[in-house]
Amino acid sequence: MHIGRLMISDPRRAERFGKRPAPNLPDYPKARAGFSWHSVRSDLDGLPGGRGLNIAHEAVDRHAVGSGAHRIAIRWLGKGGATRDVSYGQLRELTDRFALALRRLGVGMGDRVFVLSDRIPELYVAALGTLKNRSILCPLFSAYGPDPIRERLTLGRARVLVTTQRLYRRKVKAIRDRLPQLEHVITVGEPDRIGEPAREGDGGETLDFEEALRAPADGFAIEPTDPEDPALLHFTSGTTGAPKGVLHVHEAVLAHYATGKLVLDLRPDDVFWCTADPGWVTGVSYGIISPLTVGCTLIVDQEEFNAERWYGILQDQHVTVWYTAPTAIRMLMRAGEDVAERFDLTGLRFLASVGEPLEASAVRWGERVLGGPFHDTWWQTETGSIMIANFASAGVKPGSMGLPVPGVHATVLTRTEVGMEELRGAGVTGELALRIGWPSMFRAYIDEPERYAERFSGPWYLTGDLARIDEDGYFWFVGRLHDVIKSAGHLIGPIEVEDCLRDHPAVAEVGVIGRPDVVAGQIVKACVVLRPGYEENDALARELLAHARRRLGPVVGPKEIRFWKALPKTPSGKIMRHVLRAAETGSPPGARPSGNDSTHG
Amino acid sequence: MVEPVNGDEIRKIVLRVLNRVVPESAGEEVDPATPFRDQFEMDSLDFLNFVLAVEKEFGVSVPDAAYPRLGNLDGSVEFIGLLLAKDAG
Repeated sequence: MHIGRLMISDPRRAERFGKRPAPNLPDYPKARAGFSWHSVRSDLDGLPGGRGLNIAHEAVDRHAVGSGAHRIAIRWLGKGGATRDVSYGQLRELTDRFALALRRLGVGMGDRVFVLSDRIPELYVAALGTLKNRSILCPLFSAYGPDPIRERLTLGRARVLVTTQRLYRRKVKAIRDRLPQLEHVITVGEPDRIGEPAREGDGGETLDFEEALRAPADGFAIEPTDPEDPALLHFTSGTTGAPKGVLHVHEAVLAHYATGKLVLDLRPDDVFWCTADPGWVTGVSYGIISPLTVGCTLIVDQEEFNAERWYGILQDQHVTVWYTAPTAIRMLMRAGEDVAERFDLTGLRFLASVGEPLEASAVRWGERVLGGPFHDTWWQTETGSIMIANFASAGVKPGSMGLPVPGVHATVLTRTEVGMEELRGAGVTGELALRIGWPSMFRAYIDEPERYAERFSGPWYLTGDLARIDEDGYFWFVGRLHDVIKSAGHLIGPIEVEDCLRDHPAVAEVGVIGRPDVVAGQIVKACVVLRPGYEENDALARELLAHARRRLGPVVGPKEIRFWKALPKTPSGKIMRHVLRAAETGSPPGARPSGNDSTHG
Repeated sequence: MVEPVNGDEIRKIVLRVLNRVVPESAGEEVDPATPFRDQFEMDSLDFLNFVLAVEKEFGVSVPDAAYPRLGNLDGSVEFIGLLLAKDAG
């Protein structure tokens, strides 16, 4: 098996990667055979005195001793050129203080603390401090509109929300009276208002973050934490119904740590940049926890994507390991190789991608332009950490998901009359399934035990993705079983968008689908039937887009509207989204849109 | 030969393009010096779509390195003016 030779190497660039040290996982078959989660546990510290296992201790406290306390945990790059370094010692102190602040508010074990914030240092302090207090961390994406925010705060029974004053004013203030369970809102001031009490002007509705952290945390210790204690709650969209609250426990840190080392090849002296926002699972598992458990320095960039800025960060911060997403990679490819040429990217040692399948051409582009191939990785909110990956040592197969992580057993199944049956033999497509028992497996969809049970069959967790396994054991993504839209790596449930549009007086019926898009993978498109008396025109299309974007935010809200005369439905009245999808991809089976294509974007 | 376009006309067209990509900006006061992204909810795809729409509307090509110059209204007007002047000359 000479998989490495499948890669096209450019000698000009290959020498850059020539000096890299041997990977943490030098021999995949051996590592796989000899792996046990038990031995990973012995690589971690555990709480002092055998008081259990807490993510924040493994990520922060155990590195903040002796000279390690001075090492940089987070290097923050702010808007307008501001930078701030937070050492492991400082991070320990700040997260201790945040945990104490929660304790003083009467917030304790199992209480849900939501974080809705730009990528600023305070977000990381709040996230890790929440875990220290044994409260449950629930991240929200800051680009969500008020509707998704309210729904998730309600479903998650938020007791505390940590946000910024700006986001509070824009998205929370107006819905606060509909959130009776939300007792405390802690806000970070605007950059130009640091030091001023946040209570001014908002009638004492919020507590000031700095004020809350003022009291020293001398002698703070994390309370005993059982590895099965809940730690993280991520909301993810499904095909039907409300978003699901995916619950993970402190034991997940074993998988965060192991995959950081074995897949991302992280070492303590690495400068690691995960470009995902901590509002999503990748931005928490790999944008916060995993690299800190290894003892790396994280790069946090407050700004949004910009090709020059990103290359500048890779160069100036000497980033060694980079974990990003197909949409960003495609945008860099669009920007052109000449932009990349102007930067010294020789510090990069390992590149990885997640969010949606990365096409072979993008994998090869990485090798040609950045000096090494992108290693695609596959996982889900429910799996909590990387499950399948292309490894540094095992050879990249461009376009494939890769090989199962040591400690993870993956297969493909087919549905039969007697249940799910494992498919044997190379090249057969089935539903991707994972054998239950890895530490970061989700433990519940909160309040929905039936929905949780549906995801399992016998010893298998059913991923909802279709895949095939080739003769070398590599997995290849084939498609999704259901209608969930994946745009720029974000999962979007069509129902949430349809419900919002149906609230508009002009809308009689609506079906929402993902339309294929070269940059984003899919974009959210709404097929709308108008009520009598409304005219199909651009102005109305824009009004509908504005209506949805205002309430849902730009990520969940549709980017395009198309008017239909009627939507294709099943006899039971369910909208046939696959027919809408077919019409959008060129081969409409029967039903067609009504000519006037008012798409935008 | 490109018709000479003055700053006010460019401004009007930029606002129209912005309104198409971020329709909820309709009727909102746009602060000319503040980044669009700080005034409206825009994701990376919205911003990319805005730049592409500007290119199409004005018949210009915006080099990737110059994308940040289209980050707010004043910057957009100034930079598009430069591009048009270059084309006309």
